[in-house]
Amino acid sequence: MTSFLPPALIFIAGAALIPFLNGRLRQAYIILLPCFAFLNLLNMPEGNSWILHLWEYQLTFVRVDKLSMVFAYIFVIMAFAGAIYSAHEQDKLQLTAAFVYAGSALGVVFAGDFITLYIFWEIMAFSSVCLIFAKKTQKAIKASFRYIMVHLFGGLLLMIGILMHVAETGSIEFTLIGLNGLASVFILLGFAVNAAIPPFSAWLTDAYPESTVVGTVFLSAFTTKTAVYTLARGFAGTDLLIWVGITMVVYGIVFAILENDMRRVLSYSIINQVGFMVVGIGIGTELAINGVAAHAFAHILYKALLMMSAGAVMYLTGRSKTSQLGGLYKTMPLTLIFAIVGAASISGFPLTGGFTTKSMIVAAAGHEHIIIIWLLLTLASAGVFLHAGIKFPYFVFFAKDSGLRPDEKKLPINMKVAMGFLSFMCILIGVYPQVLYRLLPYPVDFVPYTGYHVVSQLQLLMFSALAFFMLLKYLKRTETITLDTDWIYRKGAKIVFSFLSIPVAWTYNKLEYVLLEKVPNLAIWYSKNPLEAMKIGANNVVVSMVGGKEAQKRLEKEKAAYPGTVTQWSISTALVITLVIFVIYLILFFF
Amino acid sequence: MNKIVEYFEKPNVSKAVRYIFYTSLVLLLISEFFVEKHVYFSWAAFPAFNAVFGFISCVVIIVVAKVLGKLWLQKREDYYD
Repeated sequence: MTSFLPPALIFIAGAALIPFLNGRLRQAYIILLPCFAFLNLLNMPEGNSWILHLWEYQLTFVRVDKLSMVFAYIFVIMAFAGAIYSAHEQDKLQLTAAFVYAGSALGVVFAGDFITLYIFWEIMAFSSVCLIFAKKTQKAIKASFRYIMVHLFGGLLLMIGILMHVAETGSIEFTLIGLNGLASVFILLGFAVNAAIPPFSAWLTDAYPESTVVGTVFLSAFTTKTAVYTLARGFAGTDLLIWVGITMVVYGIVFAILENDMRRVLSYSIINQVGFMVVGIGIGTELAINGVAAHAFAHILYKALLMMSAGAVMYLTGRSKTSQLGGLYKTMPLTLIFAIVGAASISGFPLTGGFTTKSMIVAAAGHEHIIIIWLLLTLASAGVFLHAGIKFPYFVFFAKDSGLRPDEKKLPINMKVAMGFLSFMCILIGVYPQVLYRLLPYPVDFVPYTGYHVVSQLQLLMFSALAFFMLLKYLKRTETITLDTDWIYRKGAKIVFSFLSIPVAWTYNKLEYVLLEKVPNLAIWYSKNPLEAMKIGANNVVVSMVGGKEAQKRLEKEKAAYPGTVTQWSISTALVITLVIFVIYLILFFF
Repeated sequence: MNKIVEYFEKPNVSKAVRYIFYTSLVLLLISEFFVEKHVYFSWAAFPAFNAVFGFISCVVIIVVAKVLGKLWLQKREDYYD
C-alpha cells in the first residue's frame, strides 16, 4: 500500500510481543522498536494515507504535515528515552501499557478524522490508567479509578461534540474548528479534560504522582501534549484560550509552591507549562504556534528528565515527600546533575531547551501587544524557576540533611543512560535550536540569542533566586496535602451524598417499619382471634366517634383480655360454613 | 566525585559561592548597559526592569501562595482518608 507503517501500528502491534519476551531480548526489543519507528517517520511523505472506508466515511489513519510531524518526532524520541529508562523493569504490564500508550498518542497525532482520533483517544485513556494501576498500592488503585472516571467523562464530552459536529457539517475531517456553536464547545471541553485545564485538572496531580517510577515518566509526556496538539490543530486563535492558559500558568505555580510531594510538584509544573502552550494556541499567530510546538518538544524532554531524576530518588529511597528528603547531593551527584539540567531547562536558562522555545510564546504575546498576558507570562517565567527550577532540586538534594545516604551505584545503569540522553537533548536544542526550528510548522524568524534577551532572562531568573533564598523560611516544607478540584468528587460528593441520603434513609426506615413490622404484627394479632379482633376494631371506631368513659374502659378491658378464649369450632361446622359460602358463590356466578 | 562534594562542603568555599552569586547579580545589572535593547513595550526598557520584576513577582507569588495555603488549601495528609 505505502512504503511506511502508521507509527501507532508499530507501537501497538509491537507492544503485543512484549509479554512473550524475556531478559536481554526484551530489553533490546523495547529499545529498538522506537528506533525503527523513528526511521519509519523519516520515510513518511506529506499528505494523507492509510485511508479506510467505513460506511460512507473515510477514516484517515495517517495525515502527515509539519504540525503532526513535530509532535510525532518528540513522541518517538520520548518513547525511546522512556524505553531505556524502563529497560530494567520486570513488570510486563507496565512495559506493554507504556508502548500501547505511546502508540495511541501517535495515533491521535496522525488521525486525520474525528473517528480515528476518538478511537485512539480512548485507547490512550485505558492504557495510561494501567501505568497508575501498576503500582498496586491501595492509594494508587483508588487514584487510577478516579483517573479513568474523569477520562471517561472527558471522552464522553468529546464524543457528544463529535456526533453533533458530524450531524451539523456532515464531515468527519479533523481541521480547524474554532469556537462556534455547541458542538465545538463539547469538543473543546473534551480536549480540555486531557489538557488538564482547570477545573478539569485535578486528575493529573492526583494520579501521576501515585504511579510507578517508570509509569510517571511516560505519563508526563503523552496525554497533555496530545491535547495540546489537538487544541493547536482545532482551536488555534481562539481568544478564550489565552485567558484559560494564563490561569493554568498561575494556578500551576501557586499549587506547586504549596505542595510537598516532589512528583506532585512536578505534576503541577506540567499544568503550568501546558498553560504556556495553551496561551500560545490562543494567540494563534505563526510565531505563537511555532512556539507551542517548540515548547511542547522541549517540555517533554525536560519534564521527563525531571520525572526520571525524581524517579531515581524514589527508586533508591522509596520516598517522595520533600519533607523527608534532603542532602542527597552527597551520594547522588550524577542524578543531581541531571536534575539541574532539567531544572535549568524548564526555567529557561540560556543554553538550554527552555530558553530557545518558551521565549517564542512570550515573544508572540509581546508581538501582539497583549500587555497583561506578556506581564503574567514573564511573572510566570520567574515563578517556574521558583517552584521547579529551585524548589525541586534544592529541597531534594540540598536543604536540611535527611540523613539518607542512598548508593547511586545501585541505580540501574539504563536509568542513568536515559537521563544522560535527555540532558544531552535539552542542551542540544538550547545550543543549536535550528535543529528543532527546522521541524516547526511555519518558517522561523526568531533569534533567541541576542545580548539583551540573554541578559534580561538571566536578570529575571537570578533575582528570582535571590527572592527564593531571602524568603526561604516562608517556604519551609509542611507535611500537608493541597486541596484541588478533585475535592469535588473526593469529598464534595460524600457531602452531597450524605445530604441526599438523609431523606432517602428516612423514607426507607419508615417503609421498612410499616411493611416489615407493623403490617405483619397486625396480621399475627388479627389471626389469633379474628372474631374478637373484629369486635375490638368495630368498638374502637364506635368509641372514637361516640366517646364515653364507660365504653372506653370496656374497650381497654377487651384489649387486655385479647385474644381471650378462642371459640373452638368442630371441623363439620367449618365444613358447613364453607359449603354455604360456596353455594352462595355459585348462585352469584351463574345468575 | 566524593572529593568534589567534600570541596564544596568547606565553609569558606560555600561562602565564596554565595559571594559569586551576589557578584553575578551586580554584573548582570551592569551588563544591561552594554547590550542593544529591543523591547515590545517602551517601559520594559527601563534599567533593571527584569531584575526588579522578577524579584517582585517571586515575592508576590510566595506571599499569595502562602496566604491561600494557610487559609484554605493546605490540609492534613489524612484529609481524604
